[in-house]
Amino acid sequence: METKNLFSESGIIITLILILIPLLFAVIIVIIKAYAAISQYSKRKELEKFNEYLKGISSDELEILEQQKRAFEFSLSNNELAGESIPFDKKGLLDNIREATPLRFIEQKKKGQPRPYIEPALTKLILWYLGCATGWLLLGTTAGEMVGIKFVTPDLDHYSWLSFGRLRPVHTNAVFWGWASLAMLGLAYYVVPRVSNVPVTSIKTGYWSLILINASVIAGSICLMAGINNGGGEYREYIWPVMALMGIGVFISLRNFLKTIAKRTTKEIYVSNWYIISAMMFLLVIAAVAYWPGWQKGLGETIVQGYYMHQGVGMWFMLFNLGLLYYFLPQQLNKPIYSYSLGILAFWAQIVFYTLIGTHHFIFSAIPWWLQTIAIVGSAGMIIPVVAGTTNFLMTFTGSWNKISGSYTLPFYLIGIVFYFTGSLQGTAEAFRFTNLIWHFTDFTVAHSHITMYGIICFMLWGFIYTIVPRLTGKEPNQITVGAHFWMALIGLIFYTFPLMYGATLKGLLWMDGKPFIDSVSLMAPYWLWRAIGGTLMWFSHILFAYNFYYMVKQKEEIVIPSTPTGILKAKQELGNQPVTN
Amino acid sequence: MHFFDDHKKLFRTALALFVGLTIMVAILPAIHNQENNAPLPGYKPLTEAEYLGKKCFIANGCVACHTQQVRNVDMDKVWGSRPGIAADYAANTRTDLWRNTATLMGTERTGPDLTNIGKRQPGIAWHLLHLYQPRAVVEKSIMPAYPWLFEIKKDVGINEMEVIVPPAFRQAINGKIVATKEAIDLVAYLQSLQQTPLPDDKEPKEFLYKKKETPLAANGNQGNLPDGQALYKQNCASCHQDNGEGLKGAFPSLKGSPVVLGNNLELYVNIIMQGYDPRPEFAAMPAVGTNNNLTPEEITAIINHEKTSWGNNAQTVMPQAVKKIMDDIKTTTKQ
Repeated sequence: METKNLFSESGIIITLILILIPLLFAVIIVIIKAYAAISQYSKRKELEKFNEYLKGISSDELEILEQQKRAFEFSLSNNELAGESIPFDKKGLLDNIREATPLRFIEQKKKGQPRPYIEPALTKLILWYLGCATGWLLLGTTAGEMVGIKFVTPDLDHYSWLSFGRLRPVHTNAVFWGWASLAMLGLAYYVVPRVSNVPVTSIKTGYWSLILINASVIAGSICLMAGINNGGGEYREYIWPVMALMGIGVFISLRNFLKTIAKRTTKEIYVSNWYIISAMMFLLVIAAVAYWPGWQKGLGETIVQGYYMHQGVGMWFMLFNLGLLYYFLPQQLNKPIYSYSLGILAFWAQIVFYTLIGTHHFIFSAIPWWLQTIAIVGSAGMIIPVVAGTTNFLMTFTGSWNKISGSYTLPFYLIGIVFYFTGSLQGTAEAFRFTNLIWHFTDFTVAHSHITMYGIICFMLWGFIYTIVPRLTGKEPNQITVGAHFWMALIGLIFYTFPLMYGATLKGLLWMDGKPFIDSVSLMAPYWLWRAIGGTLMWFSHILFAYNFYYMVKQKEEIVIPSTPTGILKAKQELGNQPVTN
Repeated sequence: MHFFDDHKKLFRTALALFVGLTIMVAILPAIHNQENNAPLPGYKPLTEAEYLGKKCFIANGCVACHTQQVRNVDMDKVWGSRPGIAADYAANTRTDLWRNTATLMGTERTGPDLTNIGKRQPGIAWHLLHLYQPRAVVEKSIMPAYPWLFEIKKDVGINEMEVIVPPAFRQAINGKIVATKEAIDLVAYLQSLQQTPLPDDKEPKEFLYKKKETPLAANGNQGNLPDGQALYKQNCASCHQDNGEGLKGAFPSLKGSPVVLGNNLELYVNIIMQGYDPRPEFAAMPAVGTNNNLTPEEITAIINHEKTSWGNNAQTVMPQAVKKIMDDIKTTTKQ
């Protein structure tokens, strides 16, 4: 295979386009700026001409201009109808009046919506879910950070429990099952009852679910570090008794949600619940298939592994998050979703195509060629749900783009949606046979999984969490630390993934060239360093996130000096009611 | 629509669609595959030690970086003589009550593929040193070190193996570094990893996406030989090192070596093709040339690289002469 044909391969072209989309936006901005500069220049020329004309202006002309000026400047005094009496806002129509302070280093973002009525017990449950999830995010990415640094300094430590091969699955499983899954379930405890317009059936079940899943991740992480794993399939490293805890946890919450939906007072089932319930049902099917004992001899294991690892990502994390997005996005933009039918199309298309694509992780391996082909076709079919979904979300945004700059949650949504498009289609491009030659087995896969799991899932989850926690607790995070979290996570992700993709391409070409393997290791050294730098930024951003979360939920009594009329009157009343204590 | 407003119908339909597709693309193919494949006739089952070694390989998560699959594409030719087939994996069954089957095919190749490592790198001394500290043998390696598979002892017992570690990697260790049984088992497993030959009448699958062949040395022109330095790096440097100096007490130096500089080409080619073990202080050399299917042109390029590098300055050789010796070796070994 000659390397000069590289740019005529469709997979490569698609990937380049996807990488170039953000650059294209940058170019457009540059063009707009340049155009502005040019028109500024020509205006200045015009002004010079005009000044020449002014010098020679006659007194008649001046007189006419004076008259016109007086006419234009005539204005009403604004009290012709009201008279001189003081204005009085009897119905409280004026609200949220902001006074401009002299210096604003940071733009004032929009405050969260006032707290809707949510049962205090449910609030507590949701906060517990999100709190545990945040804890797992910190632990899981600390493991990830260590693993990433070990690429740069392999002799960092020599403890068996912390060695690369054992710690890597600790990282992936903790962020999958501990962080993302718990956060999703916690948010679902908010969304499912709200869109069904009934209280959730059992709050107690929610706690059982939480305990079981936490137990599963704790036991699983310890087992993995102790060298007890299921046999090496990615994300299937927990042994079955550990995974069974997870399965039971999800199952009882699924029943809880189903009962809630059955009692719903709305006629229709909002599309969020389609996605959420299906994701939970599918996860149970996937886990049962993957962990059923008594089969999976030889390549049977590999075929199931391909199915399992990809359905885990696509049918659990992706489907669940899309469900949450269908609730939170319209709600944040304060308008309905652009097209309900596109959401439904994306739902069925996702099931049909995504289920087929598992084996695209084993292209050119010994599994049947026809099965590999189905996986590639399915991967191409994924264009349908991804384009349908992205269109739907972006069209919902249309007309509200100005809201992004004034909100600290919407940027998370937007980044999630952009990566949903580029990350998912990158997966399609990677599945082609030629791109597999270059990128399979390289660090490109690692970059891709971070673009998707981090760029899509994590950014969306953060957006959702920053949306609802202030409503649950009534306390908003410090918007400077939210902004720092956002930018560090985004820049970190870019430092992490772009160098890895570039280096991995060189690595694949080097392998195709038949160069010694060890050259491909030394080639990657600078890109692995970049990855460690990006990873560190991401890790710091999680500490900020944890701080923000803590800030939003801490129960410390805040000293508020009332400034609103209601507040002042209430305070006065409370002051008067206070019994004399001394 | 009524269908969309009935939660039972809606969710049952979605579940049925997903389960149906699951059966079609995962369950049935997996069952078909496991029912219709058996290990090749020449397959040697793992011994107990090798099996324990495999468990150690699994426990330490080696599969995170090492694949065990030769794909049917030309670039994978370096990892095996033929593409992998389903039968190669058919002997893997469920590990135990707690653990699933481990085919260990892997999805990342941060380290080399191990399908044929038993053939490519059979020396136990090399493996033990490499496990103790990979950078002692491969300078650029980023593989983790596994010192917990070794013990520090005053004396080496009978049936125990000491690992000769270069001083730079022995920080503050005074005793002897001895391999535990786990390490020995792990090496036994690695040594067992070899492609089983196909039965005589079976043609292997073809390697796809072939590289354009450059016509080779028909007239013995040196300029047409493959890159000797790269081939040396690929096949020889893990023991003899990039600088040709080997490792003291483990692998001999090629700098100023009488075999390399001398005129006995037959001995030279013989060592590369069939291995060598004349000196007890050094580890035995495996039959690198035969194991890795090196061609006469490739061997000539390696020999010429060794003869002219690191201060060596001997006369280079022609591929025809090497080819003749190789043909002789083939006929003698066949008889």
